[in-house]
Amino acid sequence: MTTTTPPVTAQEPRAPGRRRRARASEGAREERRLGWLLCAPAVIVMLAVTAYPIGYAIYLSLQRYILSAPQLTKFVGFANYGAVLSSPFWWHALWVTLVITIVSVAIELVLGMLLALLMYRTIFGRGTVRTAVLIPYGIVTIVAAFSWQYAWTPSTGYLSALFNNSAPLTKTGTAVAIIILAEVWKTTPFMALLLMAGLSLVPEDLLKAARVDGASGWQRFWRITVPLMKPAILVALLFRTLDAFRIFDNIFILTGGTNGTGSVSILNYDNLFTGFNFGIGSAMSILIMIAVAIIAIIFIKGFGTAAPGTDISR
Amino acid sequence: MAATTPQQRVGWGFANLFAIALALIPVLWIVSLSFKTSAAITDPSFIPSQWTWANYSGILTTSTFIRPLLNSIGIGLISTFIAVVFASMAAYAVARLRFPGKALLIGLSLLIAMFPAIALATPLFNIERILGLFDTWPGLIIPYVATGLPLGIYTLSAFFREIPWELEKAAKVDGATPFQAFVRVIAPLAAPGMVTTAILVFLYCWNDFLFAITLTSTTRARTAPAAMGFFTGNSQFQVPTGSISAAAVVITIPIIIFVLFFQRRIVAGLTSGAVKG
Repeated sequence: MTTTTPPVTAQEPRAPGRRRRARASEGAREERRLGWLLCAPAVIVMLAVTAYPIGYAIYLSLQRYILSAPQLTKFVGFANYGAVLSSPFWWHALWVTLVITIVSVAIELVLGMLLALLMYRTIFGRGTVRTAVLIPYGIVTIVAAFSWQYAWTPSTGYLSALFNNSAPLTKTGTAVAIIILAEVWKTTPFMALLLMAGLSLVPEDLLKAARVDGASGWQRFWRITVPLMKPAILVALLFRTLDAFRIFDNIFILTGGTNGTGSVSILNYDNLFTGFNFGIGSAMSILIMIAVAIIAIIFIKGFGTAAPGTDISR
Repeated sequence: MAATTPQQRVGWGFANLFAIALALIPVLWIVSLSFKTSAAITDPSFIPSQWTWANYSGILTTSTFIRPLLNSIGIGLISTFIAVVFASMAAYAVARLRFPGKALLIGLSLLIAMFPAIALATPLFNIERILGLFDTWPGLIIPYVATGLPLGIYTLSAFFREIPWELEKAAKVDGATPFQAFVRVIAPLAAPGMVTTAILVFLYCWNDFLFAITLTSTTRARTAPAAMGFFTGNSQFQVPTGSISAAAVVITIPIIIFVLFFQRRIVAGLTSGAVKG
């Protein structure tokens, strides 16, 4: 995980003389061609499934287009966007999504850090803990969602029985809390693994030196570990925030979006596949994309999160 | 690590047990439900008072589950294979070659990794209906390959950076072309990273729900999670809790096996790309 990367080797030794230079550029050209050739299949598939559909979604979002009434299809400009942005349903769904995102990512950060420290520092049984913790990560989201749903169903679930046979999934506040619980259970391991990788970047000597100087465990954590882990923490937060923002599976199974628990993704799905209103649905999709872009920009520009793959954090 | 006191050992032991219990309880609960008789479903005890295989024999004899299960396996394996092949080619280029447009490739895959899937569902639904891909295997495989690729490219380029590249140079000195050097020398060295990537991509395909419910409509291509989401009881008023639980356990078993066998690899794969930045 932290092994040093081999130094970037100089591609061709700089040598005087025309013949050598000509051969070097020939090699560089061949290398460039091979690079493009090797990337081509991946790029073509990714563009075919994203770029073209996004263009198509932008086009659809400017049309009145209801699948059940194709004869009414016509260009309406930004009317769909106006309809979405003036709808209280959209703003409520956005609010619910933001609450779920912020609360669950905050809880995950704390629990994930504790779990990362446990997996990294525990004296025995490390392998067992890591294996157990990977199960929530690997399990199918809707399987976990069903488990939580049944656990909170009155007269079926053990958790509902524990709380006086209550039906928390039928009330907005408690239902959102359970959605957050399901989300936190499922994704804390992922957060913990990313943070654990960050922990391994903290030099053990530094912690030892601080201990000798009389720093308490708490001080060592806040003054040494956290600052050194900051890049890893920010990347983990960025990943999880964007992932939480598109929450769909958990809500679909737990409540189906009833009682005002629908996220923007659920609202969008309902417009598309229950209402078959593709104009409004596409406008909503574009707005969700813009929201995701804003979140990413806030992280990358605001907090200075190194975009993964850019090698800035090294 | 400094010498440990017995208190420390007990403390860590309790913390370990607590974490393991939290991870396992929801899984054990659905296992318990899957073994309960239909009469006992309304009994909220954690351990079934009477055990039955009826839920399993029920779902394993109906094509509304077997066919989606086969779809899940087939679509997952094919998507994983294609994604890993394409991703290794691209990751090799990213880790190893100099060419203009590398940053663009990384940017594009980052964009797709963070993309809200629902925003793709609408246009893909329409495009696939027009192309006749709706409710077919390729109709799911293509989006899975595309959305699994970023994960594959990241994980693999992190692994590829750690391969001893002098060997490739040696092969080239011995007269191998860059392509031969890739296939004969580097690919075998890269196999562990590729296995890890394959596991992560397969888990991603296996887990997907949104594409599976929006791009399919029948058991022709519907995957197991999507089929479970639409299970119905024998009558309108019967909730198929037992069947869903049994189906849930069946699709969870492969994950548990993967995790047990490949714990180290999965951890390495998930963390390699992230820390490298």
